Amino acid sequence: MSYFSFLAEHGATLLLGTITTLKVLICATILYIIISIIFGLMRVSNNSTIQGVATVYIEFFRGTSLMVQLFWFYYVLPFFGLTLEAFTSGVVAIGLNFGAYGAEIVRGGILAVPKGQWEGAHALNFSPIKRMKRIIIPQIFPIILPPAANLTVELLKATALVALVTVVDLTFEAKQINAITWLSAQCFGTALLIYYIISRFFLVPFLRWLEVLAARKVGKEKV
Amino acid sequence: MNAEWRWDFAYQILPKMLWATLNTIMAAGIGYAIAVVVGLIFLVGQRTPFKVVNIIVREIIEFIRSTPLLIQLFFLYFVGPQFGIILSAWVTAMITIGLHFGTYLSEVYRGALEGVPKTQWEACRALNFTTLYTYRRIVLPQAFPIAIPGMGNYLVGIFKDTPLLSTIGVAELFHAATSVGGENYRYLEPYTMVGVIFLALSIPAAIGIRKLERSVNKAQGKVKN
Repeated sequence: MSYFSFLAEHGATLLLGTITTLKVLICATILYIIISIIFGLMRVSNNSTIQGVATVYIEFFRGTSLMVQLFWFYYVLPFFGLTLEAFTSGVVAIGLNFGAYGAEIVRGGILAVPKGQWEGAHALNFSPIKRMKRIIIPQIFPIILPPAANLTVELLKATALVALVTVVDLTFEAKQINAITWLSAQCFGTALLIYYIISRFFLVPFLRWLEVLAARKVGKEKV
Repeated sequence: MNAEWRWDFAYQILPKMLWATLNTIMAAGIGYAIAVVVGLIFLVGQRTPFKVVNIIVREIIEFIRSTPLLIQLFFLYFVGPQFGIILSAWVTAMITIGLHFGTYLSEVYRGALEGVPKTQWEACRALNFTTLYTYRRIVLPQAFPIAIPGMGNYLVGIFKDTPLLSTIGVAELFHAATSVGGENYRYLEPYTMVGVIFLALSIPAAIGIRKLERSVNKAQGKVKN
C-alpha cells in the first residue's frame, strides 16, 4: 500500500483528530494563561498567606508529573463523586499543570520591571490600577512572552497525553489506525509530521509575531 | 464506589510501589546519561565547518523538539518490527528519551558556550593558546556553571516524563500503579501514592540542584545572590 493510498483512506480520520488536538490546545492555553496571571500575582503579594497558597500550588503541580495529574483527574476524581468528561479533565489537568509553570514566568516578569518605573509612576500620582495598566503591564509582555512561547509549544506536545484518557485526538487516532492496519511507520509518521507542521509553521510564527508586537509597543524594536 | 482512603490497602501495595520507584529512578538515570552524550553530539553537529550539515542537524533538532515524546515512543516501538528490528520496551524507551532530551540539552550547552564572554576567546588568542587548551582550561570551566541549572532541570524533567514509558510497557512506577489499580479496582490509593512519591523525589532534587549551582558558582569565585 503506497503512502498516498494510506492518506486517501485514513487522512480524513487523522484530520478529525487534529481538530480535537487544536481544540485541546486552545482551551488549555486559555486556561493556563488565566491561572498563570492569578497565581503569578499571588506569588508577589505582600500577604504571606496568599503567597504561601500560591507557592504550595506551584510546587505541587510542578513536582508531580502531568501524566499522573491527568490520570488522577480522570480516574480518581469519580471516587469523590466528581466525574469529568475525558476532554474536560484533559484540558483542566494540562491547564493547571502549565499554569504552575506560567505563574513562575509571570512572577519573574513582574519582578523584572525596574523599580524606578514603579517609583516613577508613584511620584506622578498614578492610581495603582492606572500604574499597572499603563506602566507595568506593557513592560511585562516583552519580558514574559519568549519563555511563555516556549511553554506554549511544550503545551502543544503535552496535548498528546490526553489520548491516554480516551480523548479522540490526533495521537488517539494514530493509535487506532495502527491497531487496525499495523502500518505503524505511516500512521505515527504522519502524526509526527502534523504536530511538527502545527508547531513550526503556525504556532511558533504566531508567537514570534506577538513578541515583535509587544516589543514594538514599548519602543524596543526586535530583530 | 466509596471515596474512603484505605490505609491497609495503601500499606499492602507500598512495597510493590517502592520497588517500581527504583525502576523509575533507573529509567530516568540511564535516559539522562544517554541524553547528556546525545546532546554533545547534537551540539557538535551544529558547529561543523559544513553549513549544510549544520542546517540539517538544526532542523532535526527542531523536529524532535516540536513533536510529542509519546508519539516518538510509539513510532520507535512499533515501526522497528515493521523493518525487522525488534527492540525491547526498555531499549526503545531509553533511545527515545535520550534523543528527545538530547536536543534540549544541546540547547543548554549552546547557551552555556555562548554565555562565556567573547573577550575570553580573544584573550586566549592573544596569549597564543591552542583551541583545545582554550576550551579545556578557559572556556569549559566557565561554561559549566552556566549549564548546571538547565542540565539539572532536564534531569527532573526526564524523571517527570518517565510515566509515559508505561504506555509501551516499561514496568516503572506508573505502570505498577495502573496494574495494582486494575487488579483491585481501586485507583485512588495507587495514583495518589504515585503523586506523593514524585513530589517526595522531585522537590529534594530541585533543592539539591539549586545548592549545587550555588556551590559551583562559589568555587568559580562568582557568588550569586
